[in-house]
Amino acid sequence: MADGLKLHFDVDGTDFTVAGECSSKVKKTLKQLGFDPELIRRVAIAMYEGEINMVIHANGGTIDVEISPESVVVILKDTGPGIPDLDKAMQEGFSTASNTVRELGFGAGMGLPNMKKYTDKMEVDTVPGVGTTVTLSVIV
Amino acid sequence: MGEKKEWHSVTLDQDICKGCTNCLKNCPTQAIRIQNSKAKILKERCIDCGVCIRVCPYHAKKAVTDSLDIPDTYKYKVALIAPAFYGQFSRAENIGMILSAVRKMGFDDVFEVARGAQAISERTRELLESGELLKPTISSACPAVVKLITIRFPNLISHIIPLKAPMEIAAAMARREAVKKTGLKPEEIAIIFVSPCAAKATEVRLAKTDGKSDVDFVVSMKEVYLKMAQQIGKMTEEDIDRGSVSGKESILWAVSGGEANATHTERNISVDGIDNVIRVLEDMDDEKLKDIDYIEALACPGGCVGGPLTAENNFVARSRLSALVKSIADVGESVDSDIGAAWDRPIVYRPVMKLNTDMKRAMEMIMKIDEFCENLPGLDCGSCGSPSCRCFAEDVVKGYANPDDCVFRLKERMLDFKEKYEKLMEERSEQDEG
Repeated sequence: MADGLKLHFDVDGTDFTVAGECSSKVKKTLKQLGFDPELIRRVAIAMYEGEINMVIHANGGTIDVEISPESVVVILKDTGPGIPDLDKAMQEGFSTASNTVRELGFGAGMGLPNMKKYTDKMEVDTVPGVGTTVTLSVIV
Repeated sequence: MGEKKEWHSVTLDQDICKGCTNCLKNCPTQAIRIQNSKAKILKERCIDCGVCIRVCPYHAKKAVTDSLDIPDTYKYKVALIAPAFYGQFSRAENIGMILSAVRKMGFDDVFEVARGAQAISERTRELLESGELLKPTISSACPAVVKLITIRFPNLISHIIPLKAPMEIAAAMARREAVKKTGLKPEEIAIIFVSPCAAKATEVRLAKTDGKSDVDFVVSMKEVYLKMAQQIGKMTEEDIDRGSVSGKESILWAVSGGEANATHTERNISVDGIDNVIRVLEDMDDEKLKDIDYIEALACPGGCVGGPLTAENNFVARSRLSALVKSIADVGESVDSDIGAAWDRPIVYRPVMKLNTDMKRAMEMIMKIDEFCENLPGLDCGSCGSPSCRCFAEDVVKGYANPDDCVFRLKERMLDFKEKYEKLMEERSEQDEG
């Protein structure tokens, strides 16, 4: 087998209530593949944060997941506003989310920090006005 | 899958089953398939929640429990009564009447499970205060929920409170009390649990094989219901020779919200009904419930009063229970605190959803499943014998089902065949004419 298993998701940017559906599906697939529960937990939480970010800030996007026995790589791609100050965004508690979003219980400023914390490698490629691509890797 | 000791109380009566899809569609762990017009339970996935018993219109799904004929080797019989039982009888004026009637049915003594619940509540409050527990802490009282967690939520296992269920503690207390009263040996005493649910029967049977249950027999509430109702009808004031020694708090463990209330925590969740439980546990798994201290999760609607082996509907039973406890103190007579309440069996993850032990092979299977799924109608009708199209695709790739079991696929293929046949016939007649 060449590259392992690939999954693709389109994230709807208009509905908060379905955010998290993609990470749930990935969680189910990883369980079927027999991955360690702790690894599944890390992937699911990091991916969930990314999914939420896409809905809050970027009006949706796409997620590609590449699964192999050695690693799980999650690529979150959006065409949103980009992250103006990445260093600040990486600080715990820093958030640019709107009040409406905060009232819904999101926007605590833990998105990117949690994504970094729960994965082994995180790459952020962001261009203001063009979009953001976050690549998360968890090594088995 | 050769799991050892895979015994379940929930079983199927093949002769009565019509192969309809009611149980198939409602099973929360997708543990049922229909093969050759009969339901089949995949044992490794069954959590004994009893949903199938409740939804089967033909009563083909049953719970195997013990009969009331207790062997003579037992010299003293103690009935262990779950508080859900108190809500079953329209003519019972007080709990003392119910307990006295149970004894009159042929038991030497009666012991209330609510006393075990009181002990567990006390220990739970201590543990929650000690800060040793992972939060949210999940109740261990419902065996179906504990089993669900072991097959579906491995990351939540460490959040289950390491305490036995009230039934077990009450059984140990009852035996100890009976030994003291009679001077008999512990093994000469029979502890008979009158159960609202199948999961308890399974739990006891499994624990007994390890010598780790104090319950000797589990009988169904339904089975004793008629006899009890008649007995209660005959009762006079003089017949009532005992009263409840339990408090309101522990008796209300029988209904959703009761156990959580007894933890005295401010931020707790009471969730009942297995589908609701799954929703809450999924949220917890996604770390969305970090502000919650305690989760009481009960598989049956309304809590234990909604158990598949109860006789009365759970709304009526709840109403009766709240009337019965009105004049009772919040906390009952003090209970033995040195009774061993700590959980003595390890709870381990059982990866029953895993497709194959070889991960590369499992990946190939997922690709095949996705591919096959594309050609299915997505109606989740269940006619093929699997609960959903996705599940059917999994069964086909695993080799447990035939692609033509999907009636829609079959229809398409037949139409295709018809078209080809008609075309062929047309060509032929043209040739003949030519």
